[in-house]
Amino acid sequence: MMPELGKYTVTVMGSYIATIALLAALVALTLWKGARVKRALSAQEERMKKNG
Amino acid sequence: MSIWEYANPKKFMQTSSWALPFVTVGAVACLAVGLFWGFFLTPEATNFGSTVKVIYVHVPSAMMAINIWVMMLVTSLIWLIRRHHVSALAAKAAAPIGMVMTLIALITGAIWGQPMWGTWWEWDPRLTSFLILFLFYLGYMALWEAIDDPDTAADLTGVLCLVGSVFALLSRYAVNFWNQGLHQGATLSLDKKENISDVYWFPLLLCIAGFVLLFVTLLLLRTRTEIRQRRLQALEQRERMA
Repeated sequence: MMPELGKYTVTVMGSYIATIALLAALVALTLWKGARVKRALSAQEERMKKNG
Repeated sequence: MSIWEYANPKKFMQTSSWALPFVTVGAVACLAVGLFWGFFLTPEATNFGSTVKVIYVHVPSAMMAINIWVMMLVTSLIWLIRRHHVSALAAKAAAPIGMVMTLIALITGAIWGQPMWGTWWEWDPRLTSFLILFLFYLGYMALWEAIDDPDTAADLTGVLCLVGSVFALLSRYAVNFWNQGLHQGATLSLDKKENISDVYWFPLLLCIAGFVLLFVTLLLLRTRTEIRQRRLQALEQRERMA
């Protein structure tokens, strides 16, 4: 299944691993920050509703 | 219906909520098929051997690095001229994505350059202008964080974006402006004779579409977060003043 990359195995694999790692980190950070802010906003709205 | 309706945060939240599942599925599908096709099913190239497979991550990320800055320029101009908050927040949301795309282009370029050119780095016009573009992305993000007042931050980052556009343009056309350096000319061309062979071209098209859709997905998510963050700050301020 794995293609024959010959003497450039490190070059090709390194490029794909670096790209996927950076994109995965970006997606994870985006989702984490989004969830954190959404939670904080809900809590703030709830608190203000309670306090009138 | 006017396009300016989307400058209303409520309308933006509604529309983006509807669009997000479609662009997310599109991004995952294009990236999965494009990268699989490019990595596993394309043959070695005569000149570059198996390193030709690097174009499926290098070319789309380099294209996005430049085009995201252009998108930031357009949204910054909309903010500076029409004062629509969503456009300023969209520019802010796009910057980290552009920064990561530039970093990917620089890293994959260096990894590819070592066996092909015999060096990780060369002060070549395109490489240098890309490095400066990367620094502009960092500066742009730092400026947003450094200023407390969001409108002042949007104004100053908008001006920085205008200045940085020179380097975004240089990154694209450096090879044409200065006919020197190691970096080859454009990989893609509308002229069929100059364009890369179809066997590499079709998976590359899919990867480019995947990177564009991934950018749209992340941009929508991050802009929604910025809008919520702005509302949170407004509510906290209102509570403090009560």
